[in-house]
Amino acid sequence: MLHGHHGELTVGEMLRRHGISRRSFIKFCTAAASAMALPPSVGLAMAEQLRQAPRPSVVYLSFQECTGCLESLTRSFAPTIENLIFNIISLDYDDTLMAAAGEAAESARTKAMQDNFGKYVLIVDGSVPTGAGGAYCTAGGRSAVDTLREAAKGAAAIVCVGTCSSFGGIPFADPNPTGAWPVTAIVGDKPIINVSGCPPIPEVITGTLLQLVATGKVPDLDEHRRPKVFFGNTIHDRCYRRPFYDQGKFAKSFDDEGARNGWCLYELGCKGPTTYNACATLKWNGGTSFPIESGHGCLGCSEPGFWDKGSFYAAQSAAAWGKAGEVSPRQVLEVTATAAAAGAVIGAASAGVSRLRQHRSEQHGIGRESKGDE
Amino acid sequence: MDLLSLARGPALKVALVVFCLGVTWRIVGFTLLRVHRDLNKPRASIAKFLAGGLITVGSRSWPHQEFIGRTGAGEALGYSYHLGLFAVVLLFGPHIAFLGSLFGVTWPGLPSSLITVISVLTLTLFLAVLFRRVTNPVMRMLSNFDDYFSWFITMLVIVTGLAATAHIGAPYQTLLALHILSVDVLLLWFPFGKLMHAFYIFPSRAINGAILARKGATS
Repeated sequence: MLHGHHGELTVGEMLRRHGISRRSFIKFCTAAASAMALPPSVGLAMAEQLRQAPRPSVVYLSFQECTGCLESLTRSFAPTIENLIFNIISLDYDDTLMAAAGEAAESARTKAMQDNFGKYVLIVDGSVPTGAGGAYCTAGGRSAVDTLREAAKGAAAIVCVGTCSSFGGIPFADPNPTGAWPVTAIVGDKPIINVSGCPPIPEVITGTLLQLVATGKVPDLDEHRRPKVFFGNTIHDRCYRRPFYDQGKFAKSFDDEGARNGWCLYELGCKGPTTYNACATLKWNGGTSFPIESGHGCLGCSEPGFWDKGSFYAAQSAAAWGKAGEVSPRQVLEVTATAAAAGAVIGAASAGVSRLRQHRSEQHGIGRESKGDE
Repeated sequence: MDLLSLARGPALKVALVVFCLGVTWRIVGFTLLRVHRDLNKPRASIAKFLAGGLITVGSRSWPHQEFIGRTGAGEALGYSYHLGLFAVVLLFGPHIAFLGSLFGVTWPGLPSSLITVISVLTLTLFLAVLFRRVTNPVMRMLSNFDDYFSWFITMLVIVTGLAATAHIGAPYQTLLALHILSVDVLLLWFPFGKLMHAFYIFPSRAINGAILARKGATS
């Protein structure tokens, strides 16, 4: 499905030109395959596929975002960002990474899109604000929504990097003042891959792109269009603290004995059981650790609407109603006491009606009896 | 709003409101009903009258010596699954967190794996109870929709809870949502069906015992 950059070399030719041996390339592919939890044999197959694969042109658009996703991408270890953008893909436009600015940068984008129409990969970072005619996010005098629609027309596939472009993210959270939407709400006729996370794990971004280039096809996706290879399991399923959950050992506060012993953070609001991501296996910063390993529960940042799902510190099974998503015992007491008081009034009234009926029927009966006596 | 947010949010709130309203409605309504005055001379003192009530709560909670052969197994079954339910509801970590979020009080729980074993045993006993109800001609004749629905909704809570813990059949989030929704339905049904026995059982035994004690009979 993917085609090479206009007048460009294949990945194999590019690597040869840079003096990268077959051996070190296979090593690199095996490392990338293991990052995706694939067997080493896949690394070899991937190397062969990649060698013959065309280097696709990539256009990276940043909309309503914080650049955290790009910051994350630049910290990728397997493959590294420089290996990715110099050898595997041809990054033709990224307004944050490119040296050019202003009209020079915009004309580079336009040229890449014209030369590779129907073949390039479009990466979108950030949600797309539609409020006030799209005025909340503009670049080069054009709104994000217009730029996205134009760029999507000639894209072979769209990769949404981060929860904002995938699901709307923080800008989409209630009350969504800018009328922000995810890419899927704007573009309906293109293959879209969501690489969610706030930010996504760097190796998940590069691994997804690598898989896309190696196979030329959209990988297997889950119901939220996320690659199953990275988003197939919950954090909870792969969490090293899972045995403590199974044993019923829970930390009750962030500085108690349980927390010091590394017990499960479920009761402190960990969203691991409902969050699909690879944090517990790939981890962060080159496999150093991940939030739960650092003593904090998962926020569920790779799930749709994570910002509006109640407190980060309330257990998943906790009651949650009201604006803030939490409910205090005092509120529960007020609600239940009011309901109980109303119930008592209805009960007393129904007993009163019953007594009245009994009384009437007795009087009626007595009247009939006395008539009969006469 | 996703299913889990609905289940533990507005649906839970409505269920709790209906539960509290319904339970007090029935208890208050029942308590204030007119009772025919017993014009007979009491055969027991006030102390014996009160003691009769309390003793009956205990004596009716144990199989009668004479009928133990016939009723013992049924009562053992009943006690076992009730104890299983109490253990699962009150001593599972996530349940304690749930109740803690509602009432602000928490307590130590049992290991989750032990709770799973108790849940499976309780589930088996539940099936045995249904089998007994369906196969025993007298019980089958006495049973109506209320009995079967009360059994079904309680069973559903256990099944969805086990599925959520074991991640069987659907993502945890969906299973947890279905589990909490089934609890919501149980709370809605509770005051209007035979599940109300949780509130009636001991007062009704005490009242019967006290009335009989006043007449000079033991129970």
